[in-house]
Amino acid sequence: MSAQLTRRDLLRASLGLGGAFLLELGGCAANGLPAPVQPGARPGDFVPSAWLRITPDDKVIFTLDRVEMGQGTMTSHAQLLADELEIDPARFVIELAGANRAYDNQDPQLGLQSTGGSSSVRTSYEPLRRAGAVAREMLRRAAAKRFTASLDDCRAEEGTLLHVPSGRRLRYGELAADAAREVIPEVTLKPAEKHTWIGKSITRLDARTKVDGSAVYGIDVSVPDLLVAVVLRPPRLGAQVVAFDDRAARAMPGVVDVFRIPQGVAVVAHRYWQATRAAAAVKVDWTEGEIWVDSDTLRKMYVDRVKLPATLVRSHGNVGSAEREAAHTIEALHEAPYLAHATMEPQNATAIVVNDRCEVWAPTQAPALTREAARRVTGLPYASIDFHQTLLGGGFGRRGFQDYVEEALHIAMRVKKPVKVIWSREDDMRSSMYRPMAVSWARGAVDARGNIVSWSQRIASQTVVGETGPEWLQSIVPSGVPHPLKQLGGRLAGGLLNGNGVVDPTNVEGASTMAYDIPNLRFEHAVMRHPVPVGAWRSVGNSQNVFFTETFFDELARAGGKDPFVLRRELLAKAPRQRAVLELAAEKAGWGKALPKGRFRGIAQSKSFETHCAEVAEVSIEGKDVRVHRVVAVVDCGVAVNPDLIRAQIESAIIFGLGAALRQEITWKRGAVEQSNFHDFEPLRMAETPEIEVHVVPSTESPTGVGEPGLPPIAPAVANAILAATGRPVRAMPFTRGLAAKDQAR
Amino acid sequence: MITFVVNGVSRSVEVPEDVPLLWVLREELGLTGTKFGCGAALCGACTVHLDGSPVRSCVTRVGEAGGKQVLTIEGLGAATLHEVQKAWIAENVPQCGYCQPGQILSAVALLKAKRRPTPEDIDAVLDANLCRCGTYPRIRRAIGRVVGALAPDEGGEQHEKKEETHR
Repeated sequence: MSAQLTRRDLLRASLGLGGAFLLELGGCAANGLPAPVQPGARPGDFVPSAWLRITPDDKVIFTLDRVEMGQGTMTSHAQLLADELEIDPARFVIELAGANRAYDNQDPQLGLQSTGGSSSVRTSYEPLRRAGAVAREMLRRAAAKRFTASLDDCRAEEGTLLHVPSGRRLRYGELAADAAREVIPEVTLKPAEKHTWIGKSITRLDARTKVDGSAVYGIDVSVPDLLVAVVLRPPRLGAQVVAFDDRAARAMPGVVDVFRIPQGVAVVAHRYWQATRAAAAVKVDWTEGEIWVDSDTLRKMYVDRVKLPATLVRSHGNVGSAEREAAHTIEALHEAPYLAHATMEPQNATAIVVNDRCEVWAPTQAPALTREAARRVTGLPYASIDFHQTLLGGGFGRRGFQDYVEEALHIAMRVKKPVKVIWSREDDMRSSMYRPMAVSWARGAVDARGNIVSWSQRIASQTVVGETGPEWLQSIVPSGVPHPLKQLGGRLAGGLLNGNGVVDPTNVEGASTMAYDIPNLRFEHAVMRHPVPVGAWRSVGNSQNVFFTETFFDELARAGGKDPFVLRRELLAKAPRQRAVLELAAEKAGWGKALPKGRFRGIAQSKSFETHCAEVAEVSIEGKDVRVHRVVAVVDCGVAVNPDLIRAQIESAIIFGLGAALRQEITWKRGAVEQSNFHDFEPLRMAETPEIEVHVVPSTESPTGVGEPGLPPIAPAVANAILAATGRPVRAMPFTRGLAAKDQAR
Repeated sequence: MITFVVNGVSRSVEVPEDVPLLWVLREELGLTGTKFGCGAALCGACTVHLDGSPVRSCVTRVGEAGGKQVLTIEGLGAATLHEVQKAWIAENVPQCGYCQPGQILSAVALLKAKRRPTPEDIDAVLDANLCRCGTYPRIRRAIGRVVGALAPDEGGEQHEKKEETHR
């Protein structure tokens, strides 16, 4: 992000580009700008930006524009705003933002109002502090006039303006109406050492509502006369409804209607249990669909493809001559499976489409796309669409997609009443956009002294951005551009990434981006095109590529007789922050020190979402089971806005990643997903959760990603410990394939 | 008509006996703090207490609750927050929060059954509640915090100090 985020940018962020204007300022009104439309704003309110509203009765309302899905934006972003505003973040009344171009994500890869890519703090750090500073200065100017004092004698502290010489105080609310008439001043932001709320491990602001049951997720949305729908979706990829028999279902209690929608057959009732029972009584004839899709077939396709030349991504030196002169060369095939996100809250959305108005409630990660989906399905303009954000019961990338929203809209249009679509766990497991499977081929060479002299690698996988990007691109294009043009642009971009010479960066991130200083390198990518829906999954390409590279690294270190930590440290000499987290992880984990009998350590590192992370896992092998006892993680994410939330996210990513590394996979048989619920796609449970120790490196650098970077190193750290224990490399996830059938009678 | 007591209040519902208690709580009584996660007693998000014992409300027929006492998350801290809820806040346990009502009600049941659970007891009982955000280390700490705050003679068992945190 540009360091020159200026007043114009703030205005842009405040005013919005989509026709909705949120700023109430005397100066703006005088300039003839449209009146504010921030929901609930009243005359006398001070609305200095799209994020903040201060009312005359001293309510300080913070509009959170990055969704809260557990990662802690509600708290961290409140801290960012509060720091310059000089107020306890616990004093904020927090509202969840609707959809508005004012809230476009400034991350160039996202570009529209959405939460993902570990971008929230990174992209809000400057604008939110600036918004706080602007508001504070306007309040201070209003106070100076009220006190008939010099500006220098007025100080903002704890939600009040203090007249220092007299000790008189005015609450922000008392100054709201006056502050609204001040012009936007130039502001200077505090240096990091002067931060008041940034850097504090304050209690999560959503903790209270999440322990007393009052937190409202999408599935909890309640509106009068709400109907509930379930959808019978294709049992196999690409299968279409031929016909359906709903006679028995229609006779069942509470059933309102049964009809076809583009996604399948919708069953609408007054209650969820009525809809599910009726759905079980609907007989649907489906076309065969993509019956050939089968995990064994796919695996063979990928393994065959990865052996052939593909699109060059990065190259330097000459791997061929380096390999010829090397002491040892090793070749390896690595594999990673499809994965579901399996958010604890199944997919759901609520919609009303009546009288040329549309309202949507959704636990979405991408309000911009939710609103765009509403426009596309209903044909209504944005001005007729009200979007209401809810909390998310987990996201992990799944909720950037709008399939559940589209279903709700189609059904709402037909029944002309409020309706909530609720997915079962089985629906959620079987109709997702999965983390792509991937196969990697790598060849590395080591010289007589154990140095890695050459590394070439080719990865075969579907493209996440190529499959999903077109929809995003279409939504980014300004609203004035005709839709056919937008669609054309989207298709072109999708086509380019799908095997026409441009490589989706998420296909190779974590591999071709490796920081090791190796003289001869070559990375290629082979894009796979076949009908399995894929999407972003926590840490995206890093989630499998770092496993491939960091385990292969240990194989090469072993071949050259080098300690894997020492060799990493040597090859990271030109990446000082990355080397520093590696060294601290090794130190805190006691690398090289004796362990109890039967325990082994593995180390891995990665840089993702601009954040440096290293992890050491302590493992024992018990029969065929892998037991992870302890994980030490070190993270350098720049300024730590809330260190305890950062620790929580690293713990979270490690546990999420361990479940995937050890046993989770989505497999296909005759075009259908074989897994259905948490017994056969089982996340990590408490008793198998290791002791986790997270160290956050103090830093004054700009903050970087937090939600995802803890994940990539965990699988290779454990795999490397298994290599240390057994002498045999682990080249495929999940590690305990075939051992996943745990006791199902919990 | 099925009548039972929910969070201290007698409620009657007009639904078939075999409807899951979960959906009666959520849809008939508007108590949405009890969550739907799997529908098959695999995740524990729907945990409530039935006559003081934890049950998975997604597979508990409402008929089984007839004449009994049901405690949901809304009832647990209705007057003042329960000690477990307070410990949860102190340890910053929730992330997305969706599974937490079930986690908390499982923890309350554990502490009722055994006032001073060992770390192994905690793992054994809470193992049945899934959390996709991975709040397990903090759940351990929060329960440890409740136990650590007990008076020395409370609970009637030996009171060796539990290891504080894994931080």
